[in-house]
Amino acid sequence: MNPLLRTLLQRLGLGLATLWVVSLIIFTMVEMLPGDFAKAILGQSATPETVAAFERQIGLDRPPVERYVHWLGAVIQGDLGNSFSSAGSLAGHERTVASLVVPRLKNTLFLATFVAIIAVPLALALGLLAALYRNSIFDRMVNLTTLTSISVPEFFVAYILMLFLAVRLPWFYSLANVDADTPFLERIARCALPVMTLVLVIVAHMMRMTRAAIINLLSSPYIETARLKGLPPGRVIVHHALPNAWAPIANVVALNLAYLIVGVVLVEVVFVYPGIGQLMINAVSSRDIPVVQACAMIFALAYILLNLTADIAAIVTNPRLLHPR
Amino acid sequence: MTTGSESTATGAGPAVPPRRSPLVAAWRLLRTAPATAWLGLAVLAIYIVVAVFAPLVAPYGESEIVGQQYEPWSETYMFGTDQLGRDMLSRLVYGARNTVGIAILTTLLSFVLGGSIGMLAAVIGGWFDQVAGRIVDVLMAIPQLVFALVLLSMFGTNVVNLILIIAVLDATRVFRLSRAVAMNVVVLDFVEAAKLQGERRGRIVAFEVLPNILPPLVAEFGLRFCFVFLTISALSFLGLGIQPPTADWGSMVRENATLISYGDITPLLPAGAIAILTVAVNFIVDWFLHKASGLKDER
Repeated sequence: MNPLLRTLLQRLGLGLATLWVVSLIIFTMVEMLPGDFAKAILGQSATPETVAAFERQIGLDRPPVERYVHWLGAVIQGDLGNSFSSAGSLAGHERTVASLVVPRLKNTLFLATFVAIIAVPLALALGLLAALYRNSIFDRMVNLTTLTSISVPEFFVAYILMLFLAVRLPWFYSLANVDADTPFLERIARCALPVMTLVLVIVAHMMRMTRAAIINLLSSPYIETARLKGLPPGRVIVHHALPNAWAPIANVVALNLAYLIVGVVLVEVVFVYPGIGQLMINAVSSRDIPVVQACAMIFALAYILLNLTADIAAIVTNPRLLHPR
Repeated sequence: MTTGSESTATGAGPAVPPRRSPLVAAWRLLRTAPATAWLGLAVLAIYIVVAVFAPLVAPYGESEIVGQQYEPWSETYMFGTDQLGRDMLSRLVYGARNTVGIAILTTLLSFVLGGSIGMLAAVIGGWFDQVAGRIVDVLMAIPQLVFALVLLSMFGTNVVNLILIIAVLDATRVFRLSRAVAMNVVVLDFVEAAKLQGERRGRIVAFEVLPNILPPLVAEFGLRFCFVFLTISALSFLGLGIQPPTADWGSMVRENATLISYGDITPLLPAGAIAILTVAVNFIVDWFLHKASGLKDER
């Protein structure tokens, strides 16, 4: 078999296996729930009948393996179960997790895409420039700024932007409360501050990693050889460095988009943006386990997909695999 | 390793310089430090003094209600009061103790856990290494904050759970690093000699491996501390970390955040306190890494 195809299939299989293990962990954690959990959710005044009904509703009366298979099968079909927030009301007035998650997932994806479109080109360009003009004043300044901005908490950046750009100078919306009917342009305007916050944090991380990757590459012996034999710098970069640079760059981009997943949680809470991060925080506070499970699965899926994409990009652009001897 | 290379270097030289006392050596090292590292060390020293002598520095008690809620900055209340009428400055001072203390405790725990298992994996190898490695892979397959959120929703939010959960999740990173650097040490002759002498594994880890992998672990401690500190602050900010009435910087930002919409800068003070400490530690670590790795200027 073609070595390229084989490596790709191996990597895909590994990704799927990871996802399966993650689903197993997230499910098993529900198994470890404390015994009085139903009481904790329903409140102390719950009657034994309500508790029993609730336990039957979330399936605690069946063996774990059967429940896991049932749950996994349902999740694959897009059925994420019912939210606990409607539990206890026995009259069949149930809210499905999917109806809570889907609109918010769209919002979060909108925010993340918006950030990625701005942050990725900016960070790659800055990182490349800093690597090419290493140890110049420009490089030092960029290094100091990014080191500072990766060290501060996201909510600090968010509140500073809110205080100065929305409250003291009323240029932007201080809260990003959009809904499904918000027109596209207004949606962009309302998202300006959350996007700015995330761009600042992500660009700093991504730029530092790009710079390190490029410097690492430029210091390899074959680049030095190309330089020493008198090739023009542009040709060295495009024909010699770039083919080997795609893998580290793809890695940097994917890693930081995965980082975006974490950043998005805090930024959504600060700006009251109705995304999946905010949903998860609320669900954790009220211990709405099915919603927590669904959000965790979605975050883990995004994380694994991004890492998988980076690996695949690294494999398909690897000159050694593309041109096997 | 270090002592070996030093003795050959001085042995080859014509004159053997007298052994310097640790204080003089530290001073010489510090003199070469860049301004950013100096700044970092100074900030760190101030934080430590404030945290240790918190009751002496703070004008009021930690959760003592001294006035009306949200009083403005004045001579009696330097940074005003918070949402319950507690003195902001006093809470900032006690926050240095609580927030930083919990973060240090968590980081230490994660180093003891991750470091010892990592070194054992390198020394024992075989099945132990495989099992530990796969468990770590799985733990790292879910974003850390998301995993922490799931675990907190399972076990409930209190300080003990918080410390344990973050320590275990963070130990995965420490495991990877300590295993990787210990791997380079366990193949050396003196470890082999210790094994042949019949030394116990615990002794080999503690007396043969650990001293030789200390420098990278120390630098990593700074980085992990920042990460843990930011994670705990983020969770506290979300209301899922350190619980009231404990004075804690992350929760203080959350509790006073409404003031932002009135153009008041007060809620940024605890956030700034977090930011300044992490920047300071990063400056020190940056210098340390730069010194330790010589050429490489990134981790």
